[in-house]
Amino acid sequence: MVAALASIPLVWLFVRVGGASTDRVAELLVRERTVTLAVNSAVLVACVSAGCLVLGLVTATLLARVRLPRPGLWWVLAALPLAVPSYLLSFAVLAISPTAQGLGPLVLVLVLACTPYVTLPAAAALRTADTGPEDAARTLGRGALAAYCRVTLPQALPAALAGTLLAALYTLSDFGAPAMLRYESFTWAVRAAYEGSIDRTAAAVTALVLAALTLLLVVAERVARRRFTRARATTAVRRVPPVRLGRAGTALAVGGLSVVAAVTLLGPPAALIARIVRAGGVDVDWARLVSAAWSTLMLSGAAALLAVALAVPVGVLAARYRGRTVSAVESLSYLGQGLPGVVVGLSLVFFSLAVLPGLYQTAVVLVFAYAVLFLPKAIGATRSAVERVPPEVEEVSRTLGRSARATWWAVTARQAWPGVATGGLLVMVTAMKELPATLMLRPTGVDTLATLLWGRTAVASYGAAAPAALALLVVACVPAALLVRAGTSREERS
Amino acid sequence: MTLEINGIVAGYGGEPVLHGIDLAVGVGELVAVLGASGSGKTTLLRVVAGLHRPDAGTVHLGGDDVTGLAPERRRVGLVPQEGALFAHLTVARNIGFGLVPPGLARLRRPAGARASARARVEEMLELVGLTDKADRMPHQLSGGERRRVALARALAPRPQVVLLDEPFSALDSGLREQVRGEVVEALRAAGGTAVLITHDRREALSVSDRVAVLHAGRLEQTAEPRELYAGPATARVAGFVGDAALLPATAAGDRVRTVLGPALRRPGVTPDGSVLAVLRPEQLRITDADGPEGRPGTVERVEFVGDALLVTAQPDGGPAVRVRAEPGAGWRAGDRCRLYTDGPVHVVPVP
Repeated sequence: MVAALASIPLVWLFVRVGGASTDRVAELLVRERTVTLAVNSAVLVACVSAGCLVLGLVTATLLARVRLPRPGLWWVLAALPLAVPSYLLSFAVLAISPTAQGLGPLVLVLVLACTPYVTLPAAAALRTADTGPEDAARTLGRGALAAYCRVTLPQALPAALAGTLLAALYTLSDFGAPAMLRYESFTWAVRAAYEGSIDRTAAAVTALVLAALTLLLVVAERVARRRFTRARATTAVRRVPPVRLGRAGTALAVGGLSVVAAVTLLGPPAALIARIVRAGGVDVDWARLVSAAWSTLMLSGAAALLAVALAVPVGVLAARYRGRTVSAVESLSYLGQGLPGVVVGLSLVFFSLAVLPGLYQTAVVLVFAYAVLFLPKAIGATRSAVERVPPEVEEVSRTLGRSARATWWAVTARQAWPGVATGGLLVMVTAMKELPATLMLRPTGVDTLATLLWGRTAVASYGAAAPAALALLVVACVPAALLVRAGTSREERS
Repeated sequence: MTLEINGIVAGYGGEPVLHGIDLAVGVGELVAVLGASGSGKTTLLRVVAGLHRPDAGTVHLGGDDVTGLAPERRRVGLVPQEGALFAHLTVARNIGFGLVPPGLARLRRPAGARASARARVEEMLELVGLTDKADRMPHQLSGGERRRVALARALAPRPQVVLLDEPFSALDSGLREQVRGEVVEALRAAGGTAVLITHDRREALSVSDRVAVLHAGRLEQTAEPRELYAGPATARVAGFVGDAALLPATAAGDRVRTVLGPALRRPGVTPDGSVLAVLRPEQLRITDADGPEGRPGTVERVEFVGDALLVTAQPDGGPAVRVRAEPGAGWRAGDRCRLYTDGPVHVVPVP
């Protein structure tokens, strides 16, 4: 059921492409432009993934294994970029250097925005990693760093790769940043095709190629993950004592983390404020700003609830019953994230017009679009949370007189809910930043902070965009901070 | 309550893991199922608990056929390997878990039920000696305490049978014996019928009323510990339940002859002729080479284990045997010696 809902956009794509003449589709598919776009997108995804993996693993190592002053602060700083939309970062880059464009700046922006997807799971995995093998490696003659890299780091690799997949999917489907930095990626082309002509077949074909790329990414990650053994399931977890780096080393680590955090977190507001100052102050439309913030919160909150409701059955299945069908359902649910917001948006416009006309341009459709788009985050979180509940505990509950359903509520859900809630928060943070689907599906007259911002930047009035951007940052930081707190407190308890 | 297992065949799709298991456990009896890893002992336990559906055969509890019954309706208590306590509940609420009706039904329960459940939790806490830890969370308990809570939780709803799945295997050896003692004592005090799954022969022999030896999905022998040790039915059981040298021998009537000479035969069902003699280290004697009795041989290896000296010696013309000698004896590798048997000798068929 969930998979069926999640695949509505894809099915619509097939219907669109199937409805067009074969010649036209073939012509669109093989033309040089498709190849250029594919190469552009592939290069972008490869660069961003590699960047995120490296930066994320280094950051995770520093967070989990090195003694830093104020450790909690660095966790928060490492997670907060989740709240910063990539188009805001692009905007900051443009504000500093108006001529910046192309691959270089775009990769920088996306790596900074996406690294937390790798850092957080990798750091969590490193914190609970089994250090026995590392000790053994040390006694077998490896140096500290070599033993860590060869033995312990691979234990965190499955988590890091899952995070990298999220980063890659984000990159593939991101629209705002490539558009602002003028890099011809697939999403950009899809939107250009939708807007630029009445022939939507071109856009649909382009989007379908994009979906194929997504599937490729998901499969690649599966294969990579299978090569590394799964995390062991011992219950006793020893807290690893953090390493002292010495004065110079600590300074270097703190300095590095600070620069990354400052560029990501302080860059956009600094650039925005500089804009406001240069424009000599702006008249803020407070009423509009507050109502936009309110609808942003409501819509993303509802999306989080819906996504969790849809994700729980899939996540539980994926955690408990590994099998071909379940894997397929899970992969299918991942498609949402690879499909650009524009595609999901427009397909749902058509879908709601054709099937449920009453819902067209209502919050219901927009919330559903968010849920489909960000389902993978909720499923991933649910799966790992449920995997942490040992099956024996459920079996004991069964023998003590609870049915399977009662056991789920009394035991599994009770132990897994922090993880599931984390997934919901992730969905909420991401939905707040979502731009293209919101632009297409929002109810008439309703603005979110993101659309408010876009409306201003599209007409190049960067100064006027600044208040909305600042508000978006503030609103989005709240769940991100909660997310970090939930994550750290959970680890300290276990 | 009695537990009766008849002709259980079970597996996971391919080749069955259990090939027709028959086992009966009487009221208040503690039966150990002893087997190496992969022998199917955990599958057997899951079949009894209702967590795994057998392909054939029946399970009777207290005379009722429960083969198709869901685990929550069987009234079996389960004590898994590391306890598997509910991490989100206190010790008292863990123990009371099986006493609270699920969901909204708990609101409809009669006024007395709540008090009697609380009294039962108290009783169980007392039984396992954890009254002062009632409000602790599972992660604040030691390994032994977790096992005891797991047992109390299993016993609280007065199950028909308690199933213990290697509950002590993850404990340190010193602690293991202590926890085992405490748990078994509590189990006996509750008067419960129980099945203990284990791969530790000492554990099986020391705590149970009867031991069932499981090998490759088949029960090789079910007997009381002493009988199992002294009179194993097969060579495999002989080696599995204790250290033993298996010497080729010839049996005739009440006599048996090995390379160590003639001996009295322990009564048994093995037919006369070519057999294997089961010689435990304590059934063998070792003396100086110039002694009057036994077969001459050479000492190969000596292990000091504190209360004894385990001497591995090879009789001339026969395979090596292990002999239990006085701890003060001065045997060294390479010494010449004489070896002989003491007391009746048990024989098993040649496999």
